[in-house]
Amino acid sequence: MESVLKTAFPFVVITVAVLIAFQMVLMIVAYTVLAERKILGWIQGRIGPNRVGPWGVLQPFADLLKFIFKEDLVPDKSTKFVYFLAPMVALTCALMPMVVYPFGPMITSVDWTFLPFGLGEGIHVLPLTIARIDVGVLFVLGITSVGVYGIALAGWSSNSKYSLMGGLRSSAQMISYELAMGASVIGVVMLSGTLDLNGIIQAQITSPFRWFIIPQFIGFFVFLISAFAETNRVPFDLPEAETELVAGFHTEYSALKFALFFMAEYVNMFTVSVMATVLFLGGWYVPGLSHIFEPGSIPYAVVSHVAFIGKICAFLFFYIWVRGTLPRFRFDQLMNFGWKFLLPVALGNVILTIIVVFFLNR
Amino acid sequence: MFAGLAIASAISMVYHKNPLYSAISLVGVFISLSCIYVTLAAPFIAAVQILIYAGAIMVLVVFVIMLLNLDDDKPLNRLRYLYALGGGLGVILLAQTLFIFYAVMKAPNTPADQTMTAGKTLSLGRAMFTEYLLPVEIVGVLLLMAIIGAVILARRLSQPQLELVVEHELELEHKADH
Repeated sequence: MESVLKTAFPFVVITVAVLIAFQMVLMIVAYTVLAERKILGWIQGRIGPNRVGPWGVLQPFADLLKFIFKEDLVPDKSTKFVYFLAPMVALTCALMPMVVYPFGPMITSVDWTFLPFGLGEGIHVLPLTIARIDVGVLFVLGITSVGVYGIALAGWSSNSKYSLMGGLRSSAQMISYELAMGASVIGVVMLSGTLDLNGIIQAQITSPFRWFIIPQFIGFFVFLISAFAETNRVPFDLPEAETELVAGFHTEYSALKFALFFMAEYVNMFTVSVMATVLFLGGWYVPGLSHIFEPGSIPYAVVSHVAFIGKICAFLFFYIWVRGTLPRFRFDQLMNFGWKFLLPVALGNVILTIIVVFFLNR
Repeated sequence: MFAGLAIASAISMVYHKNPLYSAISLVGVFISLSCIYVTLAAPFIAAVQILIYAGAIMVLVVFVIMLLNLDDDKPLNRLRYLYALGGGLGVILLAQTLFIFYAVMKAPNTPADQTMTAGKTLSLGRAMFTEYLLPVEIVGVLLLMAIIGAVILARRLSQPQLELVVEHELELEHKADH
């Protein structure tokens, strides 16, 4: 019995950790939707949702119930298997990067001895990352690039020309901007010398600049712009341009399947915000906090975690702000901008960083 | 388990009539392959496998299939000699596999070296730019040549498919650079 418990313990811990992180991310995502509607309301001089609960705080749950109880329409001539597969692919690929997010610093002063059967013997740490893998940056970029299939297959399987156009636009756009995004990350990777997300934060703490946004501001802006395109947000939301394509790739989707796409879009927003925070804004690091609290203690971790979430929320607010401010690009403008401006700038930044790093390391 | 998944996906890729289903199955093959790489302690290769093959090249393939809206594949009669060629290659591959099995069975069972860093990003990069510098450079020049050739072809014919090839090559070149 005891040995079985000891074997199963790590799996139980990881399952619980994934569930907690999952819950947290989905709550943030649900309230991002509400915040978007509220802030857009303010920008446009109206109130926004305010009927469900005080200030409309229960609106996300009401929306979810509405999605669940709506009729689930499936187009007659659609390719059924792919039609059902597409929303699942989209949401799965959006949620998977969650396992490598560095939610906070490692807590090194936890006493686990209260656990039964001596399960906590000799362990004094609580890492706030689920899986610390060597290639975290590549993992996140790779999984999010697989997410294109959700949109492309949704467009194809609906057997409708608006959906197909939306799917095609989306795959073309994501391939183009992925390049610029990858190239903008290389600068950070070169400065920190690792692809591990926690390692990049550590490198920022020890670097003289504290945040990589200072030496890598070109990379930061390229990353930010291509992140908008990667998540299909205004001003790059051509896959769902409602004036031309009805609703783009999800025209034929209804009820909970539409909700999956909707959630996937907001989870992707969260993902790129996490990436921008970790790569350029020091992740959970708060300058000067180690003078107030002992690094590795619980208050230090709590404050760092709150700072991390705060930085992400600032990025999410920026997304919403841009949506309320900018008009949509035309498709040829989008492609020209991606290939003829963003990619050369990103590659130039890489070369510049190579030269600087080379002379600094001599 | 992942190998079984890979083989199942590969079989479904070859036998599906609809090219889009074949493409999706191929993505399945790539993802299972990358899982195998992870179990072999080569996370960098695994991540790059997903990033380049599943994330970039196959998206282009799906893109082209969707653009051209191909009909279901009709059986081809004019390529009879390819059957013989394929059969011959299959026999060679099978022989190779059996030989590897034989070599593995005969090899002494040494415990895995815990300090081995062969799959790690740092050691991979170091090896690529010191020990294997010449092959890396040759591959880089080859890809550059491919890009230039594709650009020239695309300019002369100005076909959208060829532009896609250029994008594909750029992607490869870019990935090879880091």
